[in-house]
Amino acid sequence: MKKTFEHIYLSMIFIFMYAPIAALIVLSFNASKSRSKWGGFTLEWYFNLLSDSEVMDALINTLVIALIATLFATLIGTVTCVAMMGLKRRSRTIIMGITNIPMINADIVTGISLMLLFRAMNISTGFVTVLFAHITFNIPFVMLSVMPRMKEINPSVYEAALDLGASPFTAFTKTVLPDLVPAIISGALMAFTMSLDDFIVTYFTKGSGFDTLSTLIYNEVKRGIQPEIYALSAIIFIVVLLLLLIINRFPKKIKFMHK
Amino acid sequence: MYKKGKTSRLMASPYLAWAFIFILVPLGMIFYYGFTNEAGSFTLQNISYIIQPAYFKSLLLAFELGIVSTVVCFLLAYPLCMILADMKLGHHEFILTLFILPMWMNFLLRTLTWMTLLERKGVLNDILSVLHLPPVYIINTPAAIVIGMVYNFLPFMILPIYNSLSKIDDNVINAARDLGASSFQTFLRVTLPLSVPGIISGITMVFIPALTTFAISSMLGGSKVLLIGNVIEQEFTVAYDWHLGSGLSIILMIFILANMIVSAIADRKENL
Repeated sequence: MKKTFEHIYLSMIFIFMYAPIAALIVLSFNASKSRSKWGGFTLEWYFNLLSDSEVMDALINTLVIALIATLFATLIGTVTCVAMMGLKRRSRTIIMGITNIPMINADIVTGISLMLLFRAMNISTGFVTVLFAHITFNIPFVMLSVMPRMKEINPSVYEAALDLGASPFTAFTKTVLPDLVPAIISGALMAFTMSLDDFIVTYFTKGSGFDTLSTLIYNEVKRGIQPEIYALSAIIFIVVLLLLLIINRFPKKIKFMHK
Repeated sequence: MYKKGKTSRLMASPYLAWAFIFILVPLGMIFYYGFTNEAGSFTLQNISYIIQPAYFKSLLLAFELGIVSTVVCFLLAYPLCMILADMKLGHHEFILTLFILPMWMNFLLRTLTWMTLLERKGVLNDILSVLHLPPVYIINTPAAIVIGMVYNFLPFMILPIYNSLSKIDDNVINAARDLGASSFQTFLRVTLPLSVPGIISGITMVFIPALTTFAISSMLGGSKVLLIGNVIEQEFTVAYDWHLGSGLSIILMIFILANMIVSAIADRKENL
């Protein structure tokens, strides 16, 4: 009895989460442009999508920004976490406090504040400003993932390596870094996800003429939704689903979202 | 411990410089614009604009919808997480991931989905007409915005609550039962209190984005329903009144700060 009830509850939420996506996928094959009529099966929107340079540019921009921003954020974030261990407690508290600001603050405020900065510095908005903004909100995700692990690592192994004649760099890469790798990866994945999904900060820092997928979709919606967007949603959903299934096949579970 | 003193400071300096330029200075600029007028002299006018009816209404509505969405997310997520944490199956993490999977789809696409469903001639009304039921007009109402918020932010509630529930030691539950507590008492006196940290972070992670959103409200609420986020966005992209926009942003930050303080106090109480 209890089990049946539980299954019904799970199914209901499952339907709430996935029925909308299913509707989008069905519409992406609908030959009729109207959303309320089924005009037969077509792949037209998929072909249109592939030849739509605007969408393809936005897709490439999204991926390039997310990749570069993640790379920089991971590097800066990790180096800072390592450095933090050699700092006084008070400096550490201050640095972590500052790092928490973009995490806690509303995206709209972060976006606006960066826009004001770029305007004041007279930097023309576009790829570079969006990249800087993404690096800024990505660093905290890396640091908040790496810092707890860093604190757990026992320094005596590192010190032993130094005593045995290793250079500080070798000692670090051989003893500390391997223990940090899982935390670094999960931080980087988190940062990458946030970058891909971001709309608000990008919206305020992009200027005109440069779009990521999010901002492009927002513009499209204002103009009226084209069926190509449904095709795009369907593709993104399938890619995400496949990635998830692949990751799930690995023995190590994706822990990064489950902190 | 590791590289003492100089080296550490040197290694931390790139980030310190970055954080100063891209976190502290921009924040300072919001305060500068918020507390000055066009001429650059100090004023509280931008802040006090919030008591004007139109602005106050948008803040109040954002507050209401934010609270409703947070409560709905909590009511949906808590039983779900209890069921999932109870399953103890090998693949319960996979099932959990299924529930948060839509989070990896683009935020705008998730919102767009509900536009398509709720439109006057949208999918939902098609289904209703096939079933010979009267159509419902939800789009461009606050209800549509709440649906959009719940759909978008539900995973943010599920994750922290699931984490705190799955960490509860079975022995604690069993001890309560052995000592004669009913399952309801066990829930009320053991499970619920132990999951408070998860609940608090879930509430924060849903309430703040819900309170400050402008994309969901402009897509699902049309141009008639304005939230404080929409008002701020328009000050910057339409009216170009940076001073007023910054002033209203400061108001928003006050609420974020208040929320943080409340949750910090609640968290501490739990840990005592």
